[in-house]
Amino acid sequence: MSELIRPGYDFHKETHTEPMVINMGPSHPATHGTVRFFLTLDGEIIEQIEVEIGYLHRAFEKECENQFWNGVFPYTDRLDYTAAALNNVGYALAAEKLIGITVPERCQYLRVIAGELARLSGHYTNLGAAALELGALTAFIYFVEARELVWDLIESLCGARLTHNYVRIGGVTADLPEGFAEHAREVFRRNRELWDDFAKLLLKNRIFLDRMRATGGISRQDAIEWGFTGPCLRACGVPYDVRRAQPYLVYGQLDFDIPVGETGDNLDRFLVRLEEINQSIRILEQCLERIPPGPINVDNPEWRQPSKDDIHRDMESMIFHFKNTFEGQKIPAGEVYQAIEGANGELGFYLVSSGAGKPLKCRVRPPCFALTSAMPLMVKGAFLADLIPTFDMINLIGGECDR
Amino acid sequence: MNQERKEETPAAPAHSLVMGRILERLAGSGALIFSHSQKGDDTIVIQPEDILDVMRTLRDDPQLGFDIMMDLTVADYLGAERVWPYLAGLKARFEVIYHLYSIEKNHRIRVKAPLTLENLYIDSITGVWAGADWFEREAYDLYGVVFRGHPNLKRILLYEGFEGHPLRKDYPKMKRQPLIGPRN
Repeated sequence: MSELIRPGYDFHKETHTEPMVINMGPSHPATHGTVRFFLTLDGEIIEQIEVEIGYLHRAFEKECENQFWNGVFPYTDRLDYTAAALNNVGYALAAEKLIGITVPERCQYLRVIAGELARLSGHYTNLGAAALELGALTAFIYFVEARELVWDLIESLCGARLTHNYVRIGGVTADLPEGFAEHAREVFRRNRELWDDFAKLLLKNRIFLDRMRATGGISRQDAIEWGFTGPCLRACGVPYDVRRAQPYLVYGQLDFDIPVGETGDNLDRFLVRLEEINQSIRILEQCLERIPPGPINVDNPEWRQPSKDDIHRDMESMIFHFKNTFEGQKIPAGEVYQAIEGANGELGFYLVSSGAGKPLKCRVRPPCFALTSAMPLMVKGAFLADLIPTFDMINLIGGECDR
Repeated sequence: MNQERKEETPAAPAHSLVMGRILERLAGSGALIFSHSQKGDDTIVIQPEDILDVMRTLRDDPQLGFDIMMDLTVADYLGAERVWPYLAGLKARFEVIYHLYSIEKNHRIRVKAPLTLENLYIDSITGVWAGADWFEREAYDLYGVVFRGHPNLKRILLYEGFEGHPLRKDYPKMKRQPLIGPRN
């Protein structure tokens, strides 16, 4: 023992240690969405990390290339399954841009309503799960209730809770049910209470703050270089939101704020998402107030499956109903990229049509793919425990990242 | 019944200001093959050998300032080469497609580089945008395009031992793969 206390002794330098390689995942409770980390640890410090994705690869593109244009919607639901309707909207907008049609105003409002409800569901899931994994089970339960209420709304709108399949090329499947606005106001009132409780439980909690603050940070330049978008980019102080930068649907007429962070650490990402919940509710309230009466589909049987009544009355509707069902819609040849603000960032659809009834290519730009690829940058040199909040705030959704 | 179908307005300019600047910068370099602004998406098709030069120009030119590499993917035009007339002339079957965005200037550009099956190589742009890393691995995984100079070009969505590149048009949808078993 005497040599241990001799002057000039450096414990870290002279103690012989070896880095330890451990495997985390793919079925680790914290790696939701099945992802695998190969970690090289020096004590508790992460020296090297390799992220392995692909465990949820379901050949999204290959399946879409073998579907008619409208058959792609159920597959898009399963990309970011916590916010399914947003994927529907993105794909529909891309296909409509390729065709060159614009949907009626009521339909645009309906899509914004469905999309923002889906964003709420995505953010509730993400924030609740993040709290859970840092040990705050109570806070998680509060947001699960909020999410259930949002799902009730979505269910009354389209009949499904998780995979909505609500949007079609040229329209939506259903109009608002009776009493939707009152139901929604009741839900928003309750969800604001839950939000307050959630925020109070966590934002004065020393353990939670210590684990979130100054962990998993990334600089503004690095975030841009690595293709960050969405809440993670806004947490770095870049106010890029597709809804504001390149407005689609009726977002240009709606009043909402874009919360931005300063440091780009996990706490900022958390706070940005928390505030986005309020902004989404603001958007929804405006939509429910302003939504105009009118048709919810384009009045063109070639692009929107005609109603049963029309098929019996109208020759052209009957022809296109048959042709679209058996041959698919003949979207003119060309290519198009349409970006929307997904729950995680810029959700882009790149479609190529060769003029046939099926897409030649149906590519989705998954926002969390780019975010996950920068994981090594964010956690190298940090504690192993910091991996959990960082991975939570990246919000890897297996369905979207692996497709 | 066809009143919803909007034709392209003839009064619209052939291309945007960004596109004008890009064409000006690329003029005389021989890199440009084709350009279009179909549906308002500015697109340039360039020689694959010039990809690094073009990407650096797009990023560093102060008037262009494309700072985010949004998306990188590949398209296989086997049997559908007629979609783009220039593909037949080059005997190209694949296209590597890049989508760039400028946060400051708020504009987008699509860059495409046609490749033939025999020469399925292109320079990696991980030196220009580090974030291209996984996107290039995915393109290699699913289409077999080899990105020269990529630091870690291996499969990403599929596993080591997968045979073929499944998003190629000549890969049958129902094709079976050999069992690889556990590797310990």
